[in-house]
Amino acid sequence: MNIVVFTKSTPDTAAKVEVDGGGKVTWGNAQLVLNPWDEYSVTESVLLKDAHKVNTTAFAIGDEIHNDALKQALAIGMDNAIRIWDAGMSGQDSLGFAKSAAAAVKKLGDVGLVIFGKEFVDVGTDAQVYQLARLLGCTAIGAVSKIVAVDFNAKTIKVERMVEEGKQTLTAPLPAVISVLKDINEPKSPSFIGIRKASKAVIPVWSSADLGLGEAASGAAAKVSTVAYRNLPVRAGQVEIIEGGSERERAEKLVNKLLEEKVI
Amino acid sequence: MSAVFVWIDQFKGKALNASWEALAVGRTVANAWGVPLTAVVFGQGIENVVTLSFHYGADKVVKCEDATLADYRLEPYAALLGKVVGDAKAVIGGGSTRGRELIAAVSADLNGALLSDVTELSADGGKLNATRPVFAGKVLSTVAPSGDGSVFITTRSRAFAPLTPDASRAGEVESVAPVLSEGQISTKIEGFEETKGTVNLSDAAIIISGGRGVGSPEGFAPVRELADVLGGAVGASRAAVDAGWIPYPHQVGQTGKVVSPNLYVAAGLSGSIQHQAGMRTSKVIVAINKDPDAPIFKLAQYGIVGDLFKELPAIAAVFREKLGK
Ligand SMILES: Cc1cc2nc3c(=O)[nH]c(=O)nc-3n(C[C@H](O)[C@H](O)[C@H](O)COP(=O)(O)OP(=O)(O)OC[C@H]3O[C@@H](n4cnc5c(N)ncnc54)[C@H](O)[C@@H]3O)c2cc1C
Ligand SMILES: Nc1ncnc2c1ncn2[C@@H]1O[C@H](COP(=O)(O)O)[C@@H](O)[C@H]1O
Repeated sequence: MNIVVFTKSTPDTAAKVEVDGGGKVTWGNAQLVLNPWDEYSVTESVLLKDAHKVNTTAFAIGDEIHNDALKQALAIGMDNAIRIWDAGMSGQDSLGFAKSAAAAVKKLGDVGLVIFGKEFVDVGTDAQVYQLARLLGCTAIGAVSKIVAVDFNAKTIKVERMVEEGKQTLTAPLPAVISVLKDINEPKSPSFIGIRKASKAVIPVWSSADLGLGEAASGAAAKVSTVAYRNLPVRAGQVEIIEGGSERERAEKLVNKLLEEKVI
Repeated sequence: MSAVFVWIDQFKGKALNASWEALAVGRTVANAWGVPLTAVVFGQGIENVVTLSFHYGADKVVKCEDATLADYRLEPYAALLGKVVGDAKAVIGGGSTRGRELIAAVSADLNGALLSDVTELSADGGKLNATRPVFAGKVLSTVAPSGDGSVFITTRSRAFAPLTPDASRAGEVESVAPVLSEGQISTKIEGFEETKGTVNLSDAAIIISGGRGVGSPEGFAPVRELADVLGGAVGASRAAVDAGWIPYPHQVGQTGKVVSPNLYVAAGLSGSIQHQAGMRTSKVIVAINKDPDAPIFKLAQYGIVGDLFKELPAIAAVFREKLGK
């Protein structure tokens, strides 16, 4: 039985990400890290691997920069890492990503659980979680804060998930595609042995031909195109520091300004 | 030409504000294309939501009232929504947990174009162009559907204003039957624990947040007090959450909630780049911090350099007097 995680490399969360003069997104020489939400999905797969006799595979869809994330997943304790890419996939949309992911899951075979982090911070979406589940014809459960029980033989899972109004407990059959929140675990750090294994690992690459995808998941077939990137509008004005002899005086000045602004 | 559809997310017979925001976006698109706007409401005890859907801009409502749909589950909802919208030109949902997953799922079922988490949308000349934040909100991208298949859209909470409700509006209601029977639905809801007494962060118009500076779980008392006086929600930095002073659902930022209130008060938090990613689109930001060099003052419109334990209670007291509470 396989557990699969989809991950990718993203610029360090402290990086200043900007659009340069040529319209390209840049992050200077900031380091690439495992997509921050994926610390939880990778850790959860390793915890499940230790508790059940399952095999764990990390996939990344994208060019060489995503080897960093895959190596990090190996260093944290996942068994295998595979990158999916060819030049024709450049510019694919989230559905193209999901189609590639679905083909990879089928090629790997015997997959019980696919785990995503809450979202990919680069593309800023969790859409592929649900799109992948529907393409595979299996259960999708988003925003999971706890796996209460999972039985890979009986093929059932029981989870808690967070919605706006509170916490829901659900049972569903496997295979399932889930996304996990920060609450789910305490992220594991890479182990010494893991780092050594990762540094020696040669990451295989599956192309769209290997996956038998044809044009379906290519950039050319994308139903959504990115027209342009732009920087955030600069927040107007400078901070006005409220001065006053006492906190009461400062509070009155501030409250008057907020009432004038009609934000209350 | 077929309609523009908006799925209305409701919980126990009350629609989420995000749904009325989505309906306003639907109105813009429907007007630009000269087609009717249809609201889609599933659940039980949804009469009031149906009525309000007209007030908030729908021309028609398709509803399904059934026990299998009483609580949201992706399986029966996706099967039914896919059938209702058919080859619709556009299907829109608000930026709730349920909306994001349902619209994405149906976009895959119907092989459509998905524009998710949209913060701006133009339909000038009938052509859609959307803005969506990427890289944790540090950069914006403009995206557009290619080709002329169905377009699926989810909006980010509070990025769009709902229309002013017009109680004189009404229209045709079409009732439909569910697609899946209970026996065909594999997901079962075993329990639900409602979060009581707190305002939902992503929907909140006012948020008061505390950071490492509050120092302890009890240190959140003045933060909570001001939130109570203003009817706002309580937020927190990751430092406060990681310290165990407040649960994770309160975290604002890159690995927490992304919020966009009218007023965001940041007390005892420095304004790290990861925190900013979650709150920088707030309309008015007020910073209260002992350190005049804290980065949060670069983002704030108003600042008080001082001790949050003195400043927050004073602000709450003045508001209480002025608002007569
Ligand atoms: C992958 C990753 C993801 C992250 N995601 C998030 C996220 O989603 N959200 C988030 O918030 N952070 C996030 N962080 C953490 C972020 O980098 C900062 O560490 C965190 O935001 C700091 O929290 P803080 O501002 O409360 O603490 P500090 O930076 O320590 O600031 C505390 C502030 O309180 C002030 N202060 C102290 N006492 C008082 C007092 N009595 N009165 C007034 N002011 C006082 C101090 O002057 C100081 O400025 C993330 C980090 C990483 C690496
Ligand atoms: N919605 C998406 N979800 C996940 N990955 C995506 C999505 N859209 C594009 N990608 C991937 O993001 C990377 C960069 O995409 P681009 O926006 O074309 O620069 C590529 O590796 C794409 O495969």
